[in-house]
Amino acid sequence: MRRGITATALAATLALAATACGSDDEPASGGSAGGELSGTVTWWDTSTVGSEDKVFQRLAEDFEKKHPKVDVKYVNVPFGEAQNKFKNAAQSGSGAPDVIRAEVAWTPEFADLGYLAPLDGTPALKNETDFLAQAAASTEYDGKTYAVPQVIDSMGIFYNKKIFKDAGVEVPTTVAELKTVSKTVKDRTGKTGLYLRGDDAYWFLSFLYGEGGNLVDAGSRTVTVDNAAGVKAMTVVKDLVDSGAAKTDATDGWENMQSSFKDGKVAMMINGPWAVTDTYGGAEFKDKANLGIAPVPAGSVAQGSPQGGHNLAVYAGSKNLDASYAFTEYMTSAESQAKVAEELSLLPTRTSAYTMPGVADNEIVGFFKPVVDKAVERPWIPETGSLFAPLVTEYTKVLTGQTTPEKGVGATGDAYRELLKGWK
Amino acid sequence: MALHTSQSVPKAPGGTPPGGLRRPGGLPAPVRLRRGLATHWYAWAMVAPVVAVIGVIIGYPLVRGVHLSLTDADERNVERSIGVNHLPATYEFVGLDNYADALTGDQFLSTLGWTLMWTVSCVTVTFGLGLALANILNRRIAGRSFYRMLLILPWAVPGFVSVFAWRFLYNEDRGFLNKLLAGGGIDAVPWLNDPTWAKFSVIAVNIWLGVPFMMVALLGGLQSIPGEMYEAAEMDGANAWQRFCHITMPGLRPVSTTVILLSTIWTFNMFPVIFLLTRGGPGEATQILVTQAYKFSFEISPRDFAQSSTWGVLILVLLMAFAAVYRRVLRTQGDTW
Repeated sequence: MRRGITATALAATLALAATACGSDDEPASGGSAGGELSGTVTWWDTSTVGSEDKVFQRLAEDFEKKHPKVDVKYVNVPFGEAQNKFKNAAQSGSGAPDVIRAEVAWTPEFADLGYLAPLDGTPALKNETDFLAQAAASTEYDGKTYAVPQVIDSMGIFYNKKIFKDAGVEVPTTVAELKTVSKTVKDRTGKTGLYLRGDDAYWFLSFLYGEGGNLVDAGSRTVTVDNAAGVKAMTVVKDLVDSGAAKTDATDGWENMQSSFKDGKVAMMINGPWAVTDTYGGAEFKDKANLGIAPVPAGSVAQGSPQGGHNLAVYAGSKNLDASYAFTEYMTSAESQAKVAEELSLLPTRTSAYTMPGVADNEIVGFFKPVVDKAVERPWIPETGSLFAPLVTEYTKVLTGQTTPEKGVGATGDAYRELLKGWK
Repeated sequence: MALHTSQSVPKAPGGTPPGGLRRPGGLPAPVRLRRGLATHWYAWAMVAPVVAVIGVIIGYPLVRGVHLSLTDADERNVERSIGVNHLPATYEFVGLDNYADALTGDQFLSTLGWTLMWTVSCVTVTFGLGLALANILNRRIAGRSFYRMLLILPWAVPGFVSVFAWRFLYNEDRGFLNKLLAGGGIDAVPWLNDPTWAKFSVIAVNIWLGVPFMMVALLGGLQSIPGEMYEAAEMDGANAWQRFCHITMPGLRPVSTTVILLSTIWTFNMFPVIFLLTRGGPGEATQILVTQAYKFSFEISPRDFAQSSTWGVLILVLLMAFAAVYRRVLRTQGDTW
């Protein structure tokens, strides 16, 4: 099957090369004939399968009711694969979706590669001043707007209230407290304190911020991951794992983290709003009140968690731009965001959505909103999406004892300097 | 598959040219070419589609790969067509720089070291186990065909399905293997989370996948050894070990040389096992050359097509060199063995 596609693509490429002509004069399949939108809009969603995806799919299908001639094709692409899958499809110009849910760090990268349609002045952007400034920041690149913020998030510490009660401990506010709490939990209940994801470096960021570090400093064009704070942060996470305060995995981290927490095998995990719905599905959280969420523990210098989120972006090569703009606008409208917030506890990016019923009284949203307000903003440079690949290799190596914290951040820093030409 | 066709097709319209023609060897080249075309035009016409197909399927990607390895092509400077926008390629020719970088840096060499260790251990153990099983199943034992069928099972299941099944078995918390060990009071083994265990685990899976092929191939070889030789040897007083060393092994030689060569090449490039089990991790502990080349091209960003092609070409060169040396060694050994 795959070979068939490649061969066809190859044959098509050759045919194109042979005629030395790439003009594409087939009439647009969709568009707004007579003011009414029609055609197909393919949307790549990256939400968690089994919990979040149903809500987004239903929301996307509601768009068809408003625009009966538009056919929305909902495709769920696993979050971990979507970045590369989109780049493959977008580059070859075949098989790419019309609209993609791009993680905030991917947006400037896709825009820089020329894969996204600029949205300024299109119907996709409506009432722009309503967006939270932090959320809007990641959608801008080189003076243009390339995406519309859909959800915003940050991280907190999720804890199992029942285990905490059994062990008689309070929520840790610093990493030092986290260690003692973990030990008490282990001693009194036999359960592991914290699950720390070892296969995704995003989970390392709050520890790095806690020691006053950061990956890079875009203002002074400096790589900072390998400074003293970076070394300290690596030492901290390694110590958490080595001392038994935290357990980790080098593979299947997401599934293992969720299942250990949901089954009550670990007392805490660090996670974001995107994990709430899935967590509620676990045996331990049938009673939703058992789930406690608190700010991530502070390090020796500061307290902070990364600001994340997702944007909706339109592929520059879309055959049906008009309907794609309308779909993007619909999915990021205050009403849609409120629906998502109500059902999935994901945070809206529009100020007006926060006052809507179902959002205003949502406990999770209420908790995360102040966290997001204080969250550490990452630099929105095209390379931001590329910073994790070198880091996660070294992070896993440090946690599994294959390298030291110093060498780990050193190798990461070297990779960053190669990536960011001319940076210190 | 395609290679077989290409070899058989040129022979097909063969047959000796009509009498009266001199041997073409004696004529000057242009004449020979013209005469060759005139006489064999039909043969050339028949070959042409095959040549074209192979050219497109094998030749073009190969040439393109070699070309990319001599440039600095990456995601940001290759040709892209996005809707109506067409961005032309802007990468430049850099000569052999990529090769120099790969061969002088330690990433390629350390990955190669583990790839060799992985290949050698997989092939030797797979061959040894396959040989033992083939010998056992070559005897007349009750339920022989049932055992044979069971042992071929890993081969019948699609590779990625088996690998995923193994990944579940290996899971440190919820996997079957650790539950089994816990039943025996043994602590959980970090199958895929510890660098050394991960190496062991990927090798074990590849052996499990590779044994059926070895066994079937060697069983076929065993069955082609005439039983009279064993009877004669037994009459002469040779014990079981001597019969194995002096009849079975030499008798299996044609089969085993081929399967070892094939198995080496397959294992060297065994992408699915590594990629689906560990993705080369933890860290880079189980990264083999092909998975690393894939990583350059599809996982890092900006995606480095030049470096990926360079590694691809180096893999090809290594395997071709291995095949040539292996063949030569066997040929010289063949006279004395």
